[in-house]
Amino acid sequence: MTLVDIERRPEIARVSETDRAKLKTIWETRPGLAGFLSSVDHKDVGIRYIVTAFVFLILGGVEALIMRVQLAKPEQSLLTPEQYNQLFSMHGMTMIFLYALPVLSGFSNYLWPLLLGARDMAFPRLNAFSYWIYVFAGIFMYAGFAIGAGPNDGWFNYVPYASRQYNPGMNMDFYALGMIFLGISTSVGAANFIVTLVRTRAPGMSLNRLPILIWGTLTASAANILVVPAVSLAFFLLWMDRQFGTHFFDVSQGGQPLLWQHLFWIFGHPWVYAVVLPAMGMVSDGLPAFCRRPLVGYTPVALSTVATMVLGFGVWVHHMFATGMPNLALSFFSGASIVIAVPSAVAVFAWLATIWNGRPVITTAFLFFASMIALFVIGGVSGFMTGSLPVDWQLTDTYFVVAHLHYVLIGINVFPVVGALYFWFPKFTGRMLDERLGRWNFWTMFLGFNIGFLPMHLTGLWGMPRRVYTYPEGMGWDWLNMISSVGSFLFAFGVLLLLINLAVSLRRGKVAGPNPWDAPTLEWAVPSPPPPYNFDVIPHVASRHPLWEDRLQESEARTSLTEGYLLDHGRETIGTTPLDGDIDLILKMPEDSYAPFMLSVAISAFFLALLLHWWWLAAAAGVATIGAIAIWLWPEHDLGQTADAGHD
Amino acid sequence: MRRTERLFGKNCPAVLAILWGVTQSHYVLADLPASYLHGNGSKAYPVVSLTWGLLAISIAVTVIVCALLVLGIVARRARTDEIASTPVGRSGGGMPWLVWGTGISTVALFGSLVWTVAVLADINGPPSKPTVTIEVTGQQWWWKARYLSDDASRTITTANEIHIPVGQPIRIKLIGADVIHSFWVPALTGKTDTIPGQTNTMWLEADKPGIYRGPCTEYCGAQHAHMTAFVVADPPDAFKNWWDAQITSASAPTSDDGMRGQGAFVFHCGACHTVRGTEAGGTTGPELTHLMTRQTIAAGTLDNTPSNLAGWISNPQALKPGTTMPAPGLSGREVTDITAYLETLR
Amino acid sequence: MTDQAVADIGLEQPRVPVGSIRRRGTGWWGVLTLILTEASLFVYLLFSYYYFAFQSSGGFLPDKPPSLELSVPNTVILLLSSVAVWWGDAGVRRGRQRQLVIGLAIALLLGIAFVTIQLFEWREQTFTLRSSQYGSLFYTITGFHMAHVIVGLLVLAVLLVWSALGYFSGRRSAPILIGGAYWHFVDVVWLAVFFTFYITPYLRG
Repeated sequence: MTLVDIERRPEIARVSETDRAKLKTIWETRPGLAGFLSSVDHKDVGIRYIVTAFVFLILGGVEALIMRVQLAKPEQSLLTPEQYNQLFSMHGMTMIFLYALPVLSGFSNYLWPLLLGARDMAFPRLNAFSYWIYVFAGIFMYAGFAIGAGPNDGWFNYVPYASRQYNPGMNMDFYALGMIFLGISTSVGAANFIVTLVRTRAPGMSLNRLPILIWGTLTASAANILVVPAVSLAFFLLWMDRQFGTHFFDVSQGGQPLLWQHLFWIFGHPWVYAVVLPAMGMVSDGLPAFCRRPLVGYTPVALSTVATMVLGFGVWVHHMFATGMPNLALSFFSGASIVIAVPSAVAVFAWLATIWNGRPVITTAFLFFASMIALFVIGGVSGFMTGSLPVDWQLTDTYFVVAHLHYVLIGINVFPVVGALYFWFPKFTGRMLDERLGRWNFWTMFLGFNIGFLPMHLTGLWGMPRRVYTYPEGMGWDWLNMISSVGSFLFAFGVLLLLINLAVSLRRGKVAGPNPWDAPTLEWAVPSPPPPYNFDVIPHVASRHPLWEDRLQESEARTSLTEGYLLDHGRETIGTTPLDGDIDLILKMPEDSYAPFMLSVAISAFFLALLLHWWWLAAAAGVATIGAIAIWLWPEHDLGQTADAGHD
Repeated sequence: MRRTERLFGKNCPAVLAILWGVTQSHYVLADLPASYLHGNGSKAYPVVSLTWGLLAISIAVTVIVCALLVLGIVARRARTDEIASTPVGRSGGGMPWLVWGTGISTVALFGSLVWTVAVLADINGPPSKPTVTIEVTGQQWWWKARYLSDDASRTITTANEIHIPVGQPIRIKLIGADVIHSFWVPALTGKTDTIPGQTNTMWLEADKPGIYRGPCTEYCGAQHAHMTAFVVADPPDAFKNWWDAQITSASAPTSDDGMRGQGAFVFHCGACHTVRGTEAGGTTGPELTHLMTRQTIAAGTLDNTPSNLAGWISNPQALKPGTTMPAPGLSGREVTDITAYLETLR
Repeated sequence: MTDQAVADIGLEQPRVPVGSIRRRGTGWWGVLTLILTEASLFVYLLFSYYYFAFQSSGGFLPDKPPSLELSVPNTVILLLSSVAVWWGDAGVRRGRQRQLVIGLAIALLLGIAFVTIQLFEWREQTFTLRSSQYGSLFYTITGFHMAHVIVGLLVLAVLLVWSALGYFSGRRSAPILIGGAYWHFVDVVWLAVFFTFYITPYLRG
């Protein structure tokens, strides 16, 4: 046992091959299954998040395609009503909870330490834990669907239809417990991002130098910390009502159906921003690389990111405009819902200005990022329309809203994410995605999406309600639905091309080198793929665009990438002060560990036991959970968590 | 209507005006029974104008931004696809985009907000005291309508077809019987939910006679897709006649099969359905005293024809899977008889 | 990699702490985020209570609301246990290991006393989890709090073991700071719960 010094001067080194070899030994994860189950490397966790989220994206997409076949013509009977209702509920739940945020968490997990100049996230084990919980919660909810008891009340699951009286099967129990389960993952993941930002940035990485992606994920994480408990509580109260006869939502005993809606949307609306702000950040960081100039209006864009979320806490009632609340109260929320478009306008014009004041080089990634601006505007203006109270009384719960939310979720999440794949795939794998196939990929997705979803606005304006398993002839909706179905298959074909491109390029893609896009931020300063320790030495950051400093000539200061703190006494990274990013301490980072996986298994057993009322298993799993946490947190000498004899 | 036209003359590109003209034509009106791009009645007009106005703003914004985006890419595109050989430009410049873009957007947003609030004030209450109050109850998966009257003998209950007098504001009280539903008649009024445990009120008015379609718009379970109410706007005289007719009890059937059918109906259906003047007094299902005055059965699922009626009573689950109406297990003879009886309920 | 000038990169080389040092470690920030999200949970719980209280048209409160008889002393007990943790922590900061062990032991005992009295308090009530909205809210919210107290007691117990094993010193005692912060949070939340169930019925007049 080596003594961990209570204080030391961090060695400054100019990196050598010997140092690299030593760092590699220190940070490398074991090969094989053991490494797979115990790795806490943020890059492993990030890739797993992205891959898993894409699996769910494909599942949710297949569900959507089946629905589009059913809806292609009126009065079809491919699906029974119950099958359709489970499919649309699963589709919404999958896309919103199991794809949209996790895929962004994946990118952020992979990129944050690289963007911030750190060797890992603040809590590497917690990071692995949040991933395992996410996977197990996803499997949990899909298990219900597999045995015919998937959620069947839409993703927002209104009571009383979700209550036991109207929904006696296990459908809602799977969904309720699954959502509480998944909430654990979201919450700890969010906490990890916040602490990572506050404590582990490289020296010199002050707040005004953070990439916008960091602002987006940070804002989303702060929101999740505050609002995820609302939805977990709502689902818990529902579960109590269903299993223990409490009276929260049970109207015959004075329960309040609207309490569900308040708790759900207090969470739900900020969540929508949480699944788009980091993606908007990807565009804000990606566009400048291709436009060959820094983002126009960095500060307004960063502030608008935060402002969107702050306002986003105050608009949840616009999902409840038709519930008969007093018009005076509603008009306040109507106003807030319209005003919230202002910060979005800031971002849109910043992107446009970046294109107009730059020299855009057209690549597939650029096309995805740039097309997002158009889709963002369409999703934004339709959102603005639903913010207007009297108009929303017409629009709400029609296909207009279906069109709106898909422009938001596909336009502002999927398109930037696919752009981000083209942008960062070389960093993840060391190989470029094929550009030729990329163009086919882009145009099929872009056309397919717009053919599929643009007509839905009109379908809605012509009065088609959402969530109907079929519709009568003679309503004027027939040809619109047919077009939407055709478009959605074209869109799906585009996604298939993406998957083909990923599979082929992984083996045969052009070798990328560290910085194939000549981009300005820190992740491009390290090899592709990055070594397990990320940076040979902790960078010392002097500007917002470390790799463009010589060309931008904004000041004399230069970021140091080859000489800096070496930190090779075991796994270490630098801890800096929250605002200015000055060196504050040396953080000891944990070794790989099975604890996150074991803890996740114990918690999964706990939720399974609650579902099946196996109280003995619940008790055993509870004890195992406590034990796993105690082992995990047991103070370790090597992490500098215990006192040494002779020190202090 | 005139307000809409006035608005369009000023604010909208020609394309929109043409589109609007097309959708306003009677041909399209007849073809789009649930569209809310046009409306009939003092509550609908300001909302229709606002909808078109915001739509116009939205389309204009989309067109402008997309044009700027495409033009920007085309005009500023680098000469090479070789990214590393394209020099990196300095920071600075571009801020006027943010100032002007955000400034103009903010003005448009605040303008829309003011317009929204004005419309809201306009439609908040009926222009005059409502002449009729109807209590509408949403339940899985049909609509019950009770016409309230100070004179208890004039209080009637019907289902799925709500007659109102043209040109008079009507008050609707909305009751939730089981889960949440939403009452919506696109051409007349926006949505208000029926929520168990609370009573919501709203009003509507039709200024043209006609049949206005109203699908349920809050997801409510298996047959959410088949839960349509029809608001039938009659001239005031016709409305009064209708109401007077609804008050009367069903007249006894005269034919043999009708009389057999009545017996079978009371036996098999009477626990859930009411036909006034008979022993059938159930309230779980729709009241059927004047069934044959309605255009559809099963809340808009089927046209009200004898063959559809026969099909429906012999196997409702096949036509509306999940419906709360059980298969009554009728013999072929009983089906014919009951259908014959139901046809007498005028 | 871009080749940068090596000289004058302006990097300081101060002596800095290594590993987990009280508030400077990541754990402290971690527990702050935990407290923030848990506090949000209680905000939503109490929001639900007040939502029912304001939406109901009378008859929401039970005939016999929970009394102050046990709850006031119990509140004092819980607050005292917070003081004990604080005192123990103040001890270890000055290197007094024994004071830490004693403080944690007292806090643990007071916490157990709180749980025991709270169980009696639950038995006292005339309403049940299923008898009314009020009962559902009362047992769910105090139950949530109880669950947090039990987690807090497990934390205190583990900290007590670690302290007894001599793991901590003045600077190497972040776990005490972190666990202590959680315990203080659980106690502060109780004040909000106490105010809601035991004081507000009197404010209605």
